[in-house]
Amino acid sequence: MSSPKSAYSIPTKKGKLDTHIFVVWVDNESGVLARVVGLFSGRGYNIESLAVAEVDATKNISRITIVTTGTPQVIDQIKLQLKKLVPVHKVADFKREDKNVIFKEMALLKIVAQKKKIDKCLKECKKFNPVILDKTNKSVVVQITALRREIDKMSKKLKPLGLTSTSRTGAIAMTRGAQTFK
Amino acid sequence: MSKLYTGAEIVFKCLEDQEVEYIFGYPGGAVLPIYDELKNHSSIKHILVRHEQGAGHAAEGYARSSGKPGVVLVTSGPGATNVVTALTDAYMDSIPLVCISGQVPTHLIGTDAFQECDTTGITRPCTKHNWLVKDIKELPKIMHEAFKVATTGRPGPVLIDIPKDIQFAKTNYTKFKKEKKLNGKKHNKFSENEINQLIDLISKAKKPVVYTGGGVINSGPQASETLKEFVRLIGFPITSTLQGLGAFPGDDNQFIGMLGMHGTYEANNAMHDCDLLINIGARFDDRITGKIDEFSPKSKKVHIDIDPSSINKIIKVDLAIVGDVNEVIKSAIKKINKKQNGLKDSNKQRISKWWEQIQKWRTKDSLGFINSDKEIKPQHAVKRLYELTKNQDTFITTEVGQHQMWAAQHYKFNKPNRWMTSGGLGTMGYGLPAAVGVQIAHPDKLVIDIAGEASVLMTIQEMSTAVQYNLPIKIFILNNQYMGMVRQWQELLHEKNYSESYSEALPDFVKLAEAYGCKGIKADNPDELDDKIKEMIDYNGPVIFDCHVDPNENCFPMIPSGKPHNQMILGPSDKEENKITGKGKSLV
Repeated sequence: MSSPKSAYSIPTKKGKLDTHIFVVWVDNESGVLARVVGLFSGRGYNIESLAVAEVDATKNISRITIVTTGTPQVIDQIKLQLKKLVPVHKVADFKREDKNVIFKEMALLKIVAQKKKIDKCLKECKKFNPVILDKTNKSVVVQITALRREIDKMSKKLKPLGLTSTSRTGAIAMTRGAQTFK
Repeated sequence: MSKLYTGAEIVFKCLEDQEVEYIFGYPGGAVLPIYDELKNHSSIKHILVRHEQGAGHAAEGYARSSGKPGVVLVTSGPGATNVVTALTDAYMDSIPLVCISGQVPTHLIGTDAFQECDTTGITRPCTKHNWLVKDIKELPKIMHEAFKVATTGRPGPVLIDIPKDIQFAKTNYTKFKKEKKLNGKKHNKFSENEINQLIDLISKAKKPVVYTGGGVINSGPQASETLKEFVRLIGFPITSTLQGLGAFPGDDNQFIGMLGMHGTYEANNAMHDCDLLINIGARFDDRITGKIDEFSPKSKKVHIDIDPSSINKIIKVDLAIVGDVNEVIKSAIKKINKKQNGLKDSNKQRISKWWEQIQKWRTKDSLGFINSDKEIKPQHAVKRLYELTKNQDTFITTEVGQHQMWAAQHYKFNKPNRWMTSGGLGTMGYGLPAAVGVQIAHPDKLVIDIAGEASVLMTIQEMSTAVQYNLPIKIFILNNQYMGMVRQWQELLHEKNYSESYSEALPDFVKLAEAYGCKGIKADNPDELDDKIKEMIDYNGPVIFDCHVDPNENCFPMIPSGKPHNQMILGPSDKEENKITGKGKSLV
């Protein structure tokens, strides 16, 4: 990379990476997700998780939540580049540490084990609003909602107890209080 | 019930309402309904190119020289993929293009049908926006929105992919009312406070420089007039990027030449040493900045740009003003005139030392070269071309490489829209088709493509287009039998290993010209150069001019890779620099 035999300059030192959550309101039309995701891959930005669904059926608005990391300069660019896309209505950008914003991710966990271990698992899940969606005498499917890193931790913890399958939604976000993002 | 129109008819109705006069295109299976409709619309003339890339570049030349969007019409599959280079080129250089492509019928999309490709998928990263029309009712709205997206804000290319069944389907059309010119309007987000800050910086600066780019050209000819007034008012030195040439008169004393990798000594040193840098409509491209960490280290930086994402992308600035260049400078001029009548004089005093320094740098004569009476030096050829054409309104296009840089250095532009070159993407083969487009827009003007023998062969087939439409374009080839810029880098960076950069088996360009039905002229002696150039200018028809030049000439000055502005390699005519050249070589 830093070979001096180049028609291009040498990369300059990298700044500190921050984790940010972008919320993007877009027209729900064909190809719109490809535009957003293509912008990230084309410009070398990172996507840690992605959650998309239509949120307003009459106006055809979808809400995309993207967790990404980058230097402050890159985060700034991501926001400005997203705003340039024609089907994008507005872009909100939150720091992960932002206390005014709720971040949540949902996960479905399938545990195949004996009753004793299953009970232990359910106990571990207690903090994260567990809902038992399916139960047999050999298995359980449980739904939890938590922060990304909490789910990461849970997966690790439950592995030895019989966790066989995990499905996660990617983080979604909403501001606290009465205000909405304009 | 109102009359129903087919999709093909609607395409033309929209083009008529958008006052389109020319479309550049190439027919094929999936656009035949549109081509069938062409005969019914006499106000729109179709220019048949010989390759879809040529259509794209011709439309770029048309757009850049006229200020109107260029329109391209191609078929599905290979037609669309061939135009991708031109779309990417237009995207990089912010040129408004509207490309209409045919697509296989809706029911065949996704089946790998004949001449099917995912056109909107392929062109998504190289257009401002694109549309696949799936419903005929959407077509009129999409057509007009396409023109709006292409021409407003920072201009750029768009693409509309129209399946063949949609071209046959019928719907209503209500006449389109063009909105009052909103270009810039909604993008002008700057405040009075920002203008005040700008003026404050201007009034305090001791070593200022104005650095302008293609944004001034895109803001319209009026912006160049405003820029002139602004720069004369504040008395600052002004430099320009490759794309911005012509916005400020090239022969004016306040103009210190192009900056960047092959910019002048005075421009690059001014950029490095200045205490105030005003960027107007440029984007801190890596060919301009050199080493980022050492770019203009002592200056306060102002960036005026219509595209918010250009700001702080590469260089952090102290004051960002988002808006149309013309509007921003106009309000700055107004403020200066209202607020401080004395600014003009006090400025001149404060920066007089700075001007002395610039004059010192100027005496280096960094664009100098050792002329020869035996061989034609390429710089000399461009200089003579300039001298012999400067008395008329001349439009210059270029290909990409050494000849492009020599053209930028030695041809002085006094007006905007006279200089068409592929800057961002650096597309070899741009110049010839671009000249076709320029000549279409300006049938009575002199249009010259300053070319290299390697570049021009990439799109030489468009000579046929020039002959077909009696376009008297002049292809002025600086023939050094090398991909010169590649050879230069190999000489300086790769121990003279000239790997594959020799132009082997070149055609006889004079015979080639004759084969196309145009005139061929060859010059290889400095004594005959002027007469032959005159012969070319006087000939009423397309000409290929094969100018044999010194094959070993390098393009100087030059900022080597990874170096800041004040570490330039100068040409061999400067004694001191021979030392720098030696040292520089070991450094790069």
